[in-house]
Amino acid sequence: MENQPKIDIRTSPFIRKAPSVAEIMRNVVYALLPIACYAVWQFGLSALVLMITTVLACIATEHMFCKLSNKKTTIGDASAIITGLLLAMTLPPGFPLWMGAVAGFTAIAMGKTLFGGIGFNVFNPALVGRAFVQAAFPVSITTWTPALATNRFVEFIPSTLALPFMKPAPTAEWTTQVTIDGFSGATPLALMKFQGVMTDTYDLFIGLSAGSTGETSSLLILICGAYLIFKNMLDWRIPAAVILGTVISAECFHLLDATKYPTSAFMVFSGGLMFAAVFMASDMVASPVTPMGILVFGLLVGFLTVIIRLFGGLTEAVMYAILFGNAATPIIESYTQPNIFGYKGKKKP
Amino acid sequence: MNLFNFFGKKTFSHGIHPEGFKEETHDHQTRRLPFAEQLTLPLSQSVGKPPIPIVHIGQQVQRGELIAKANGFMSVPLHASVSGTIKKIDLVPNAATGDKEKAIIINTALSSPQTSIQGTYQEFEQLSRDELIQSVQDIGLVGLGGAAFPAHVKMNTPKDHHVHTLIVNGCECEPFMTTDHRIMLEQIEYLFRGMGIIMKAVGAKKAIIGIEDNKLNVIEAIKPHLPKDGHITIEAVATKYPQGAGKMLVYSLMGIEIPSGHRSTSIGVIIYNVATLASLGELFPYRQGMIERVITITGDNLNKPGNYLVPIGTPLSHILKYAEFTGNEAELILGGPMMGIPAGFLNTPVKKSTGTVLVLDKRSSKDSDISPCIKCSMCLQACPINLNPSELGLLATKRKYDVMEDQYHLKDCFECGCCSYVCPSNIPLVQYFRIAKTLNRERYKQEET
Repeated sequence: MENQPKIDIRTSPFIRKAPSVAEIMRNVVYALLPIACYAVWQFGLSALVLMITTVLACIATEHMFCKLSNKKTTIGDASAIITGLLLAMTLPPGFPLWMGAVAGFTAIAMGKTLFGGIGFNVFNPALVGRAFVQAAFPVSITTWTPALATNRFVEFIPSTLALPFMKPAPTAEWTTQVTIDGFSGATPLALMKFQGVMTDTYDLFIGLSAGSTGETSSLLILICGAYLIFKNMLDWRIPAAVILGTVISAECFHLLDATKYPTSAFMVFSGGLMFAAVFMASDMVASPVTPMGILVFGLLVGFLTVIIRLFGGLTEAVMYAILFGNAATPIIESYTQPNIFGYKGKKKP
Repeated sequence: MNLFNFFGKKTFSHGIHPEGFKEETHDHQTRRLPFAEQLTLPLSQSVGKPPIPIVHIGQQVQRGELIAKANGFMSVPLHASVSGTIKKIDLVPNAATGDKEKAIIINTALSSPQTSIQGTYQEFEQLSRDELIQSVQDIGLVGLGGAAFPAHVKMNTPKDHHVHTLIVNGCECEPFMTTDHRIMLEQIEYLFRGMGIIMKAVGAKKAIIGIEDNKLNVIEAIKPHLPKDGHITIEAVATKYPQGAGKMLVYSLMGIEIPSGHRSTSIGVIIYNVATLASLGELFPYRQGMIERVITITGDNLNKPGNYLVPIGTPLSHILKYAEFTGNEAELILGGPMMGIPAGFLNTPVKKSTGTVLVLDKRSSKDSDISPCIKCSMCLQACPINLNPSELGLLATKRKYDVMEDQYHLKDCFECGCCSYVCPSNIPLVQYFRIAKTLNRERYKQEET
């Protein structure tokens, strides 16, 4: 041959077919957008600026830490956007913005970059951020405002624009002005826990109740989760196992004393459970990879959620349940290594 | 119980579904590739000891003549794949290992009619087991599916293993490859004779031809040849990679797991590739040596892709010329895209175990950066033997090769590459595992001495 072709060398396999990490993360963002839009429709301007604040805080923090450690910035993989969105969705819509920024900073700084960035975090970063502000600002994080307030698109919830380290404006008076019927400011879980009042399961499912920014509509969350499962970017086994764990544990208590303990349907559709099961527990990095481990992890998270909700001092429990599950992941994995082909009937060496 | 069989298609769990790319070549009748001017025949064509050359420089050899004799039982002889003159016996680079190995280089006699030597006729039915094994060794046959295990050594099954079934592997699960497909359409008579020889030698009463269900025309072609008493059957299994791996195919067809670290004969099964059997059936009656094989020549920028009957030792440059390669930069792969080996030189010769010459455009093989493992568990869901490639990959980066082997069953990995194929972080998992296995082997060798 006159023109000898050049040869390129690699080792097999020479073909690949996998979405890149950034592609997966982008799709998770797409899946979160409808939920974000619904939250804006429900809670108005405050929810919108809260989400923007946390996302920007997360991106800025990640970028800053990458620069500080002389690494190439990793904000391009969109995982910081996910953390920011997830975080905002677990906060009350009227959460003061400066506290949201603190939460975003903590989430990325303490939940992610300290461990080495994406792939190395032990806990779901968004939940680390939320756990921090739960401890730091216990009042603000349990101050709920009603959905569908009349003037939600023209003015902020008073607490939103609180100045740093200042006491946020009270929302009680504002709440009575903007709602037609009496709103107690309590979430369905608080109503259940402290007043023994059950919210209608249908309302919970559609999302017409008070609650965190993005956690109220189980239906929408399920649809968005289904999109990710269809694209093979969400492991369906994790949400399924969490819900299964919740249903089993809640049903056990309900059978023991139906007047004291709520039904499993209420447990599944109230609070942040559905959102957490679909988007939080399924954080790939912090959940087990082994098939049996995934089941154990999900059941554990579901069980802990029910226990903390029924017997703990907090109304919202799923966050701590998942953080605990994340912490247990390495030990779960070490006990649930898969059975290797060809060892049937043979003792594991 | 194999649940997958219960629900329909015969298959195994996990694995991947790569695009096939077989349409380009599977309808083409096999053609003969012209002889190259010079053939390079590396002595080592199989697992085991290389044979000993019995020719000298300048000697005239005829096509099919023995040029290197077997060095013990675990060795296969080598025959001249062309009539010509021995030019030299020299060291050439080995494509797989990069080491240099001894090869016999023959200059083709241009005016020769290229008729090949034939021995006296023999009927396999009248031969004993040992005579059969000896005849197969004399042919110089190796496993043509890619493993290059000497065919006669495989026939010599341990005395305490009672082999009842011959599995004929016609899966051809690697993308691009269509040699087995063509052989099953064009060489049915040879295939059945080859099966008869093996069944006689190992005492198998049954045979199952397993093919992937993307080659259903093979079933139509083979059905009329199946014996009436049903001791040979043909069965379709799901089209999925790596269906053609011995362990996977036995599980798909019979629902039995070959125990880890054991040969298939320990459960009474022996597996041969269709190309090996067809070659055996063709060469056995007249005691001919193995000097050529069907090779799929396919990939990007080829005007004449297809299946070619190629003399062993033909250099890749000659193949590219006849398949009319039009590009100027490419990856050359001996074997399929999942497990093949890259060729670094244009004068790399095809060997007995080379089933495919794959040409990939450099642009079609873009590489992205490696990101950290995000523990998405896709590799666990792809690994056909249920390993934990994610954990193995992390251990490999920490160089904990002993932990990989002792606790995570690295030895069971047969390097199918499914984990690397699905990894979103582009971590070269199977590549790490190959390195780890090699280093472990070396470590054991050192510990022994």
